[in-house]
Amino acid sequence: MSDVQGIDIADLNVWFGQGPERVDAVQSVSFTVDKGASVGLVGESGSGKSTILRAITGLAGSWSGSMMVGGEKLGRKRSKAFYNKVQMVFQDPYASLHPRHSVDQVLSETLSLHGLKDIDRRIIKLLDDVGLGTAFRFRYPHQLSGGQRQRVAIARALASEPSILLLDEPTSALDVSVQAEILNLLSDLRDERGLTYLMVSHNLAVVGHLCESVLVMQNGQIVELLSIEDLRAQQASHPYTQQLLKSSLGFVRDVPRQT
Amino acid sequence: MSVSLGEWLNDESPTSRSQARFSSIYHGWIEFKANRLALLGLIILIVLVLVAAFAPLLSPHDPFEQNLANRLAPLGTDGHVFGTDSLGRDILSRLIYGSRITLYIVGLVALIAPVAGLFIGTVAGYIGGWVDIVLMRFTDIFLAFPRLVLALAFVAALGAGIENAVLAIALTAWPPYARIARAETLSIRRSDYISAVKLQGAGALRIITRHIWPLCIASLVVRITLDMAGIILAAAGLGFLGLGARPPSPEWGAMIAEGRRFILDFWWVATIPGIAIFIVSLAFNLLGDGLRDLLDPKSGGAS
Repeated sequence: MSDVQGIDIADLNVWFGQGPERVDAVQSVSFTVDKGASVGLVGESGSGKSTILRAITGLAGSWSGSMMVGGEKLGRKRSKAFYNKVQMVFQDPYASLHPRHSVDQVLSETLSLHGLKDIDRRIIKLLDDVGLGTAFRFRYPHQLSGGQRQRVAIARALASEPSILLLDEPTSALDVSVQAEILNLLSDLRDERGLTYLMVSHNLAVVGHLCESVLVMQNGQIVELLSIEDLRAQQASHPYTQQLLKSSLGFVRDVPRQT
Repeated sequence: MSVSLGEWLNDESPTSRSQARFSSIYHGWIEFKANRLALLGLIILIVLVLVAAFAPLLSPHDPFEQNLANRLAPLGTDGHVFGTDSLGRDILSRLIYGSRITLYIVGLVALIAPVAGLFIGTVAGYIGGWVDIVLMRFTDIFLAFPRLVLALAFVAALGAGIENAVLAIALTAWPPYARIARAETLSIRRSDYISAVKLQGAGALRIITRHIWPLCIASLVVRITLDMAGIILAAAGLGFLGLGARPPSPEWGAMIAEGRRFILDFWWVATIPGIAIFIVSLAFNLLGDGLRDLLDPKSGGAS
């Protein structure tokens, strides 16, 4: 039995469109994420990783199967309480912040939507938690760098003090040095708050840094569940995973490197 | 702590919401000031508002006073700088009083049409499905009629008068705004920042009014300013047909319509109000262009 406070997904199908235009993005996927665990979801583009996250949050098209998230069985509509427990960080920080809302507006609107009091104090605390400081409070997105924007997006996701955070390639739009900062921030936040992470990525190094186990997806199906030790040791049983692991090593030349 | 006003406004990291707001208004003003043409447009419109407000003090004559002995006097006649019209009324005084009517028409239409269009367009675009189909076909019906003919029909049904003319023009002017707003909405409703606020539990009304409207306003402002000249002329056209401003009223369009009869012999009677309309529409266009730059999220604010 899995922990009911985590994520338990059974036989999930997600599709877009109808009739001959129907695209089955996710096909009979089952997995569990225990409370406090951190699981990665890897696979190539179009393999349905992000669609699973969007299905959980209620943003994706039609789905069937059963989803238990944070002790709540999900139906067609998501309750307000659900959004209190589960939040998502989007891939592209350049697209996930409203261009005409300042950081203060974004956070105060989020806090008031969750019915929280004491908004001023909470905003200062949130900005502090994500390492931004109050100097950034009244800035607009175009006045922030990519990494700073992603920190704001993380602060927004943390505003309702959720227990589960869905991360949709949170670092792929950032340059490498900033990626490391954001990953460290995410890992610190998890230690402090005991968050449950479900992270989508196509970058195995990123997943290896933040997750304890990895689900490998191909063509809308989960082909393998690997622990992070097996991942590091390159011990995969499914041919697709082996290929993925090999390609993650980068381009290997047989010719010895010249110095 | 003694900080000068300039420093307070230029502070890189404001400490309160009000300081941040004043600071962004101040920076917006500095940026707007740099656009000379937009500033000119704003000055012309401020002058127009002042002229309309102080019309009784500024006009040398009663705009309705007739003097048939002195009819169609040319420009620069003693006491009549812009001459007189076919009934010997002072054109300058009529222009000054007419600015009130022009402002009234433009103001009301600009208040009704874009707001209605924005509302219908964003609701159609955001909700989609059959709501979109119904609202857009409804818009198509309005778009399919020639504007003036439709306005004529409305005025004929509602009765002549300047208020009904305004209402008729507004009713025919909203469909393009609805189209623009819908197109803008379609391009942003699937964006991540809309998804993100949905994940906070925001309802459709909040998303439309707080998140979609601010992004539609820039393109609507441009469209409004481009429409202003057309609105003034449409009101004039209705007046000319006896369905808008009634004859003694110094509405600019009606003045042109009146002067049309003698345009070859007494050109100034129609030309002077024409120039007034031209200057005011130009001012709206210049201001609109400046506002668009200011409202554009990508260029807005100091970077």
